[in-house]
Parts: sequence; structure tokens; C-alpha cells
Amino acid sequence: MSDPKDQTIDITVDFSGGLEILFSNEKHHELSVPAQDAEGKPANVGFLINYLCKTLMTDPRADLFVLGGELRPGILCLINDSDWELEEEDAYVLQPGDNILFISTLHGG
Amino acid sequence: MAPTLCAVCKTERANIKRPKNHARVCKGCFITLFEEEVHHTIISSKLFYPGERVAIGASGGKDSTVLASVLKTLNERYNYGVELVLLSIDEGIKGYRDDSLETVKRNAVQYDMPLKIVGYDELYGWTMDQVVETIGKKGNCTYCGVFRRQALDRGAKMLDIKHVVTGHNADDVAETILMNLLRGDMGRLARSTNIVTGDDSSDVKRSKPLKYAYEKEIVMYAHHKKLDYFSTECIYSPEAFRGSARALIKQLERIRPSAILDILRSGEDMARLVPGESASSCGCKGNKSKTPTTAAAEDDGGIGGCGSTGAAGGNEMAAMEKQLRENEAAEGQGLEVDVSKLSLTGKPAETETDGSVPLKPKANSKPVTRQTLGNCKRCGYMSSQEICQACTLLEGLNKNRAQIQI
Repeated sequence: MSDPKDQTIDITVDFSGGLEILFSNEKHHELSVPAQDAEGKPANVGFLINYLCKTLMTDPRADLFVLGGELRPGILCLINDSDWELEEEDAYVLQPGDNILFISTLHGG
Repeated sequence: MAPTLCAVCKTERANIKRPKNHARVCKGCFITLFEEEVHHTIISSKLFYPGERVAIGASGGKDSTVLASVLKTLNERYNYGVELVLLSIDEGIKGYRDDSLETVKRNAVQYDMPLKIVGYDELYGWTMDQVVETIGKKGNCTYCGVFRRQALDRGAKMLDIKHVVTGHNADDVAETILMNLLRGDMGRLARSTNIVTGDDSSDVKRSKPLKYAYEKEIVMYAHHKKLDYFSTECIYSPEAFRGSARALIKQLERIRPSAILDILRSGEDMARLVPGESASSCGCKGNKSKTPTTAAAEDDGGIGGCGSTGAAGGNEMAAMEKQLRENEAAEGQGLEVDVSKLSLTGKPAETETDGSVPLKPKANSKPVTRQTLGNCKRCGYMSSQEICQACTLLEGLNKNRAQIQI
């Protein structure tokens, strides 16, 4: 059995509503993310958001996605197609196979 | 944690938390609730009459796409008997509007609606790209806003349509109310709360059927109905003031979701205190069918497209007023003496520079303050001034072009 620190979880992450421009213009991403955060706690959506900024974001304008370490107000998050407000928001612990969708409401048309 | 069941059907799993009342509902019930609430707004404000031809200001963005989809659904479900047409403005911004217009073209097919596109180039001889090339990025929103307002009206006239609906949502209206509050502009604040602007004596009436719909729910609706919309920011810099108001609203919503509708309610209540204004809240609460106020073009930003929201509002007008204040000052003096016009104190140019019909009913209804609707001497388009706003801006642009050519 490998070190729990090296374990990963396979999830899918989608961006829409204009957010994809921050992530190499790709809407759909299949990722293996660490199962634990730096403190050894199970990875949650709050961890994922900051992890995405560090590893997946290709645009320097991180403040279009996070503000003060949290998801920028005006961006919706859906966990397996459910409003994250019904799923403990950023405290939701990632499960294998989860789909996390971020939709920006901030862009005009 | 066991999944929460939908508060409405009590069988499906809830997957949306409604910002207005925290209700937890499933997708299916959410879509029905959303549509029924827009229907309620339409009926209680008597927005349409049977046989009416209505143009949807369509940008290809989420708001106007959801508006088109919901209106089509409701028109069929409740037999409104209205004829819906998509009306799009091509500002001439490469890499932005040309892409979103492709979305509108697909929407026209998806919703089986005729589509009319009018371009700034054909109307004014200038694309926004050319405007920005000439005047720079700063202040270009003013031009775009003035041009768009008139362009929507002109497009509607080309189609012989007298009613344009726009996709402005509750967040947009709250943002505009807040901006007007921060500017101390009670007159505009009052008008910005109206669901209908323009009246029988102006050529084209504007309305906002999504006035009470949260942006969050509009996006959720588009997502769950898998609507095809386009989202990107205008490549020219949006205005900082509106952007800050918007960020504040979104932050407030995070802490207290009902804040957005509460700002609307406060705006509507304040509007009643403004002389000559009688903005009503939802028509079903009585107090409906107010005196028609304000100009068709004054507060509406037209289709979502400008800056961060598309609700191009008063502050472009404010910037414009500044620009034009000098040459309008003489006329402005006359307005300043009207004490009932609280909102105009120190802003002589407000109605004077407005490119359309400032039919602002006064509490004491002095005929002197009513401006007569005429036509712009240059383009013939309806205007309260000799030369309309768009032509005034064009004059400056054309002078610049002449200079550049020399």
C-alpha cells in the first residue's frame, strides 16, 4: 500500500460561462487530484479550488476565479449537478468519480 | 448525509437552493417555478396583448437566451398570442460580437423565430472597433451605450415593432439602483426600478420580463435546460464603477441571498417618494399601471453586451453629460429652476442630453418642464433635442476622422 500522501482521486472538472478561458480554453478536464491536503485531511472542494489555481490555471488572472482563497462570488459550483449550497459547499469531501462544475454568472453576452 | 428531497414534489432529490427563499427544489420543479414566476410578472404587469409583435433584444448571452426560451415556452403554454422576433445589434467588435451573433443565429433556428441584425456600421458608419481606434478604450462604453439604445429602437422600427423586451435580471436592476443611490441620482433610481419604460407617445416601449429573476437562477435554468448561449467579456474595458457595484452585490448575495430582491423592493419604495415618479413593485400588489414615465432609451442599456452586464445604465450617460455639458449649458439653465426636479440639481444636462423623450411626469405637472418630442434634424430619429445624442457623438467622431485623414 502506497503512502496515503501519494494517493489520488479521479474526478472530472468542468468550466463554463466564460471561466474556461482561464483554463486553456478547455471546458472539460479529467484529473487525478491528491486525496489529502497538506495537513493530511481528506481533500474537499475548497482544497480543489486552490489546487486548480496552482496546477490547471493557464491565465494569470486568478482573481477571476478566487477571491481571498475562496470561490469568487458570482461563480456557481455544482457537485454532481447539484448546487453546492446543498452539499456543504467548499467543505464537501471529494469522492472518486465526482463531477465538479464551475459556471460563471459574471459575464455578459 | 441523506439527500434532501424537493420541497415541491417531495419525490425527487433537491439539487437547487433558491436564493430568494432558500427553498430546496429538484431540477424539474425549479424549471416550472422559474417559468411560472416569469409568467406571473408578465401577467401582473400586463406586459403583452394578444397579437402584439415583440422583439427580443438578443445578444446570444445567457439572459437574452433564457428570455427567448422562456417567452417561447410561455407564449405557447398560455396562448399570449404574441409574435416573437429576435433583434440583435452588431456593434462591430471583432472576436466578441461576431462570435455571439453566431449563437443568436443558432437560437433563431432552435426557437423558430425570425432574426434581424442591425449593425452600427450601417446605422452610423462606424463600427465600435473603428470608434476605439479613434478615441481609445477609455469612454468607449458611452458611445456603445448611446448607439445601442438607439439601434434597438431603430431595429424595432425597421421591423414595425413597438415593443422590445430585454434580458435585464434582478441582479442588473439591483446594481443600477445601487449605482444611482451612490450617485445620489434619485430620478434615475426611480426610473430604473420600472419594469416598463417608454409609453404610448414614444415610438418603442421597453420592458424587462426577467426583472425579478436572479442571475443565479437564470444561469441554472440555462444549464438544466441545456440552452446554447455565449459567454465572453467585451474585449473593451468595462466601467469600473459598475464593476464595483456588481462585485458588492455578488458579495452581499453570498452572505444574504435575499439582498438582491430586497434592494429592488427598497428601490421601488424609494421611487414612490420621488416627485412625479410612481414605480410600482410587482403589479399584483396593487399600485399597478402607473403613469408612464421616462424615456424609452434613457435607463435601458439594451441587450446585454456592454461591460460586465449589458445593463448599460446611467453612468455612461453621466459621462456623456459631462462631455456635452458645455454646449448644453444654456438649455440646462432652464431646467434647473424647476424645484420639483430634485434629481436634476446640479445636473443641468440630464434630460437635455438624453437622446430621446424625457416625458417625466411632474407632481405638479408644469407644462414648461415637459419636453416636446421632435426629430433629430440630422438623422430624423426621435429626439427631444435638435440634434440627437448619437448624432452629437458622431459629429465628434467624424471630426476626428477628418483630422486623421488630413
